[in-house]
Amino acid sequence: MRALTWHGKHDVRVETVDDPEIINPRDAIIKITSTAICGSDLHLYDGFIPTMKAGDILGHEFMGEVVETGVKSTLKKGQRVVVPFTIACGSCYHCGKHQYSACDNGNPADNQDLGMELYGQPMSGLFGYSHLTGGYAGGQAEYVRVPFSDTGPIVIPDGLDDDEVLFLSDILPTGWQAAENADIEPGDTVAVWGCGPVGLFAVQSAFLMGAQRVIAIDHFPHRLELAKKFGAETINFEESKTYEALMAMTGGIGPDAVIDAVGLEAHGFFVDNVIDQIKASTFLGTDRPHSIRQAILACRKGGRVSMPAVYGGFVDKFPLGAFMEKGLTLKTGQTSVQHYMPALLNAVIEKKIDTTFLISHRLGLEEAAQGYKMFHDNQNEVTKVVLKPGLAPTPAGKESRHV
Amino acid sequence: MTLPKDDAPASTAKSQEGITAGIGELRGPKGDALASWSVTINRPHGDLYTFFHDFAHLPQIMDNVDHVEVIDALRSHWVVKAPAGHLVEWDAIITEEKEGELIAWTSIEGADIAHAGRITFQDAGARGTVVTATIAYHPPGGLLGKTIAKLFQREPEIQVRRDLRRFKQLMETGEIATNARTTKQFDEEMA
Repeated sequence: MRALTWHGKHDVRVETVDDPEIINPRDAIIKITSTAICGSDLHLYDGFIPTMKAGDILGHEFMGEVVETGVKSTLKKGQRVVVPFTIACGSCYHCGKHQYSACDNGNPADNQDLGMELYGQPMSGLFGYSHLTGGYAGGQAEYVRVPFSDTGPIVIPDGLDDDEVLFLSDILPTGWQAAENADIEPGDTVAVWGCGPVGLFAVQSAFLMGAQRVIAIDHFPHRLELAKKFGAETINFEESKTYEALMAMTGGIGPDAVIDAVGLEAHGFFVDNVIDQIKASTFLGTDRPHSIRQAILACRKGGRVSMPAVYGGFVDKFPLGAFMEKGLTLKTGQTSVQHYMPALLNAVIEKKIDTTFLISHRLGLEEAAQGYKMFHDNQNEVTKVVLKPGLAPTPAGKESRHV
Repeated sequence: MTLPKDDAPASTAKSQEGITAGIGELRGPKGDALASWSVTINRPHGDLYTFFHDFAHLPQIMDNVDHVEVIDALRSHWVVKAPAGHLVEWDAIITEEKEGELIAWTSIEGADIAHAGRITFQDAGARGTVVTATIAYHPPGGLLGKTIAKLFQREPEIQVRRDLRRFKQLMETGEIATNARTTKQFDEEMA
């Protein structure tokens, strides 16, 4: 099959590799019909994520058609499914509590050591996202092997396009969980740092949960426009002073809840830096934890901080004093996708949440490397690239189709 | 030096005296190294005991065990992968067993790696069972041997932890998680 493989910084290639096969009884093989490039894939692209190996297949947002099933899979050939990016077994203590992203068993036993060293407990498995999270091949390919297929993938009813449901795999539940973690009460004002896909879904979710006002913060004008479309007020931090603007816009109280959808991920997840704490604090302590610092300072007293943004190591100058003195609550974590999928699928069917607005580019799988470059180089215009293995590539040399 | 008087397991003692005291609780050859790890498995303790009690099952979860031959109700012969493609062998004998709760064993005279081990299955109510494996051993080749084994990731502390994770995966999910994409990759990993 053809697949997008990682080879190093700014070096991803579409190559021919062996087709995946059923290995375990609960596996299924999915023929990919749509797979997106996630903002977090750019950090693999930028070479910031450790424990990557040359030839690793990327991609953790994908859906497709079931073409093969293991003896214990409950899926049927021909079904269309969206696959959660978190690999969860469905039978451990954490899965029983619907804390799917904390699954004990999704990550192979040998791969759990590093997470244990770094975080005290191993992380769950993820598709296509380094060997720290399991070393599983991702879905930017023609086919993918999906472990625990009886508990993860959700079957999509006829009549829904891929574009409407693809984001159930990661960013829609992640935005929703971000808003849920903000414990929004009717009448609240919620501020969201970062208008990438997760931030934009958090804006929509916050309104659905009863927020009266949502204030969206970014510096890409196009992304702020999208937030505005969903009813958010905006702050462009290149034009206005964020803290001062938030105080002025909330009568000096501060937002009741703040959501950091930026995070450190933009500057990575350095295991070597984590091991070398001095390096880490020097590097990670520059300007990247800026959004979470600012969110804590701006939040009203007794307010809530939700942090869907990914942080990997240590941060410097974390305002722990402000956090304590103001009596804030922080909720965070990787998304328990499986927990949110059924209700969010219904929200999509009932047209309560719009997902297709996000897609700026649709490309063939053969153009995947170009998709990474476009997404990386132009984050204002390129809000989401979806790869369609069935889509013929555009003629050579021409700009990819912009739908 | 006084022995630790807290409630923490001996394997976590900071002093060699504390560790030695832990080793003393095991019957069999008294090595000077102690490896121990616990996992909580979401299954009744009787089920876990039954699986483990048949030592022929263990190569499924113990990556470095090539095979186990069960000789009789108490004795078994073990063939285990060692660093650099070598195999080590020993006969083991069960020294204590309590149905559903505990199995202890020791290697007998002539073992390539003299050791004594114990696995306990403790009912944890709604969370299932706390399984604790403890192995006292003489590191082959002393400290250098231990370092080499660690390099090849066949060091008992690492193996115990990984083997218990695989035991948990098999018992909770019916399979052992693997990131292999093809059967060829899977076979290479298992080799």
